[in-house]
Amino acid sequence: MSALEENTVPVTRKVTRPAFHRRLTPVAIVYIALAALLVVGSVLVGLRGEVLLDQAGILNIFTRATALGLVAIGQTMAILTGSLDLSVAYLVGLTSLIAAETMGGRDGMIVPGVLLALVVAAGVGLVNGLVITVLKANAFIATLGVALILRGYLEDTYTGPAGDVPRGFQHLGYDRIGPVPVAALLMLAVAALSWWYLSRTRPGYHMYAVGGDIEVARLSVVPTRRTIVTAHVLCSVAAGLTGIYLASRLGSGAPYVGTDAGYDLESIAAVVLGGTLLAGGRGGVVGTIGGVFILATLDTIFDDLEVDPFFKDVVRGVVLVTAVALYARRMTANRARGRLT
Amino acid sequence: MTWRPRLAEGTAPVLVVLLLLLVGLAIAGPAYDEPSGYLALLKRAAPLMILAIGQYFVIVSGGFDLSVGALVTAGVVIAARLINGSESATAWVILFVLGFGLLVGLVNGLVTTKLLVPSFIVTLGMLLVLDGAIFLWTGGAPRGALSAGFRMFGRGAVDVPVLGAVPWSVLILLAILAAAALFMRGGTGRALVAAGDNEAAVRLSGGRVDRLRLLAFVLSGLLAAVASILLGGFASVSAQVGNGLEFRAITAVVLGGVLLGGGRGSVVAAAAGALSLEALFTLLNLLGVSGALESAVQGVIIIAAVAYAALGSGVRQRLRLWPKQRNPERPAQPASS
Amino acid sequence: MINRWAVVVVAGALALAGCSSDLPDDKAPSAGSPSSSGGSPSSDAGKSKFFDQAEYDRQLAFRNATPEGPDGKPWEQMLQPEMVDTAKFAKPGGNYTLCFSNASVDNPWRQVGYKTMQQEVKLHPEIAKFTVLDAEAKDDKQISDIQSLSGQNCSAIIISPNTTATLTPAVEQACKTGVPVIVFDRGVNTDCQATFIHPIGGFAFGADGAEFLKEKVKPGGKVLALRILPGVDVLEQRWAAANEIFAGSGLNVVGVEFTDGDAAKTKGIVTDYIQREGQIDGVWMDAGATAVAAAEAFQDAGVDVPAIVGEDQQDFLRLWADEGLTAVAPTYPTYQWRTPIIAALKILKGEQVPKEWVLPQPRITGDNVKEYVKQDMPPLHYAMCGCEDMPGYPGPWK
Repeated sequence: MSALEENTVPVTRKVTRPAFHRRLTPVAIVYIALAALLVVGSVLVGLRGEVLLDQAGILNIFTRATALGLVAIGQTMAILTGSLDLSVAYLVGLTSLIAAETMGGRDGMIVPGVLLALVVAAGVGLVNGLVITVLKANAFIATLGVALILRGYLEDTYTGPAGDVPRGFQHLGYDRIGPVPVAALLMLAVAALSWWYLSRTRPGYHMYAVGGDIEVARLSVVPTRRTIVTAHVLCSVAAGLTGIYLASRLGSGAPYVGTDAGYDLESIAAVVLGGTLLAGGRGGVVGTIGGVFILATLDTIFDDLEVDPFFKDVVRGVVLVTAVALYARRMTANRARGRLT
Repeated sequence: MTWRPRLAEGTAPVLVVLLLLLVGLAIAGPAYDEPSGYLALLKRAAPLMILAIGQYFVIVSGGFDLSVGALVTAGVVIAARLINGSESATAWVILFVLGFGLLVGLVNGLVTTKLLVPSFIVTLGMLLVLDGAIFLWTGGAPRGALSAGFRMFGRGAVDVPVLGAVPWSVLILLAILAAAALFMRGGTGRALVAAGDNEAAVRLSGGRVDRLRLLAFVLSGLLAAVASILLGGFASVSAQVGNGLEFRAITAVVLGGVLLGGGRGSVVAAAAGALSLEALFTLLNLLGVSGALESAVQGVIIIAAVAYAALGSGVRQRLRLWPKQRNPERPAQPASS
Repeated sequence: MINRWAVVVVAGALALAGCSSDLPDDKAPSAGSPSSSGGSPSSDAGKSKFFDQAEYDRQLAFRNATPEGPDGKPWEQMLQPEMVDTAKFAKPGGNYTLCFSNASVDNPWRQVGYKTMQQEVKLHPEIAKFTVLDAEAKDDKQISDIQSLSGQNCSAIIISPNTTATLTPAVEQACKTGVPVIVFDRGVNTDCQATFIHPIGGFAFGADGAEFLKEKVKPGGKVLALRILPGVDVLEQRWAAANEIFAGSGLNVVGVEFTDGDAAKTKGIVTDYIQREGQIDGVWMDAGATAVAAAEAFQDAGVDVPAIVGEDQQDFLRLWADEGLTAVAPTYPTYQWRTPIIAALKILKGEQVPKEWVLPQPRITGDNVKEYVKQDMPPLHYAMCGCEDMPGYPGPWK
């Protein structure tokens, strides 16, 4: 976990900053950026004689935010604890297959399918957490190793999409209220639950403590191991929920649905874009959701403008680094003034 | 442990693993009865070993470089388009590709040290930018062609007295490895490890941590460019030559016993980790392990290696320093090869 | 529980107004899909579970069928077509908006194809607008893309699916909008589309290469099979056909390896096999992207390149012509990207099209390889693009 602690040592340098950024928390910056993006996007799309935020546009943004949002909520927990999870992408594929195959087109098997997928996900999270805490492997390499094992299993076992989701369950992926998909509301509900867990419960508080300084946390009798394992289990369960949601949307399970979408690195990008410190200890789910919506909105604007797909990557990379640079400057400015945020 | 006075801590296990793998190869494959088989293995492993050496500099100083895979692809695609089959362009294009790697490393390093963005994010951003920009420039797929002169470094061999025909890439690898080992013995190299181990202490003692980190990224970028020249030479133009190399290089470094987060590990061990990884692939191949299961085996092995290193050192620390050492994962004294 | 809950949500939200579902009607069940079995791959009798005797025979027969349609324009030709009436889609008058949901442009084959398609659009002034959404190889994004195209005023929707089974509901949804839907390249498990355009298929591709080796390699000769990766239906079909032919050929298949499409890995694998087996007499590949690397492994080892199966990429064709290799190049022609545009216009004009539009799938042999070598084209350009006579050639492809 210490792998990601670079640049968190207070830098002893004088930084004079205009008063503007100092007052703003990263969460505020994220949502201001999102609002600005919506305005700029609406203008750009408007210039082509189209509307960004019409029914279809809103539906698009919410749909795109759902799957990534679920993974990123889980990733937030892992990162807050000072860890990270590179195995989520393969886990999304695996759980989509488990859910779809267990259901096998039968309405009666929906609940067992969902439960089994979640149990397997939790199991993978447990393995991640135990490898990190008991075997003392660095989170990066531990979850990369687990990702490779999952990949081997998927490649060896599956030859393409498999399983069949009953129609009743597909409503989860396709129903909407006005322009807002039901699944997006569920994702937001999961986010709200996570927010409550992180900011209002003792185990949630422990996550911040462990991510902030594991030694201090240990001395303060925080159960560090249990906290890290819990974070990984929750992270994997969130990935499991994503797999279940995608199964309902695709009508079957697909081994590479998570990796094709690059959910491993993209979820980490969304989390740090949302203002959570990569080294852990600071940030939260509210910012992450903002980050996810920024990425989803960018995607929708790109599509409306018919931007070259390769150009999209360039913009994403620049946005990511710029945002994190902005947060970093704000933080050093605060530190220079002896303030704690 | 007096029998290895010149080996840095954590070097021995990877050498043992490597030895076992090489013995395994000798048993499994008749081609490994003679030196030429091992030379071929070394030639194939050279690009990954060079990437691992570059990655080592960044990791040991406390960072990550996720952009090297994209940089390798960029190097090959740029070279192919600029050379476009013309032998006379080879020399300046090679310099250009090296310069490009240097520049990418410089940008990574500057954004990390000056803008205080974690290197994981900086280089992830760079990965996205490079992947996008390079194919934006060439219109989606590689164009042009590499010249024979360019390809010689990855493909050709040169006659060396006594040894016979030795691949260029092996000679380049050995030169880089020797230079890197020497560098790590010098003051700058030691300071680099110290910066990864205890940044504040280096700062207090007047060390310029930012400069050291910047140097690490520049070296990583430069070596990624070298690797791209060798890979382009070995296998010619491809749109996905660098895919996944960043994770493989990091895996190799970790397999070499280098601590993620910095401060411990030797560059020779990192290179040995890369060679072990390549030997492992070859061995699995020879043993006929299903291609699909290969990654699972790889996953188990890297977890086992890291766990062994972490637990092993933990146990050693406890025996020696119990109960004073508060953080057994981070021994105080920096080590170099 | 969840479904009951979903019903409650639906009912409750209906009361709140504004609730709707984008789930397509259930008239075309997606069950019975060929790939819905999953589980461990059955290896009984050495046959791939992707092997389908009827489809195999059908594709092999297609290879000898005489195509209908204009000579020299294979992208307008069709094999044994069963024409269907499209009058219900007719919308005379031009000023069409064609919409295209593309799986991705992330490999050279799709790049060449997509550029060819864009040029085809330029040939038809009656197309006023060509809207393209790129799914970047993500199934979930392609589903939203198709959803979003369904909400626009498209005259026709063209879909190149990223995966077969998983995009079926989305294609059905697009069909529901009443505009003609044209699917090409990979298919989906529904027949709601106006036409499904594809070359003969994977079995024929795999068989072309395997038959060539059977002919050129002496009995008992050692053949190495190189595959990109497991689990992709198109590629699995190619291997299933080759496996079928090798089984009764007397050839000795010494290895079946996955290359990940990585040239360096391919070269390494082939080098290992040359060392291990002493001699390799034939190389079969399920796609030609790394054929040059495989051939170079022999050259670098100082032995002659044996009979080899490649594809129609320029780098391989050049090597073949220059070195006089014994080779064959089955193709999965990129000219198929022209056909959806042509088909869309035919449908909008009310002309008949085949329900399943099977395009010829030529192979390049030693006799005609020189015709396909284009020295000034990029190394990964696909020769079978049918684009040489297009107005802008070679600009956009270079």
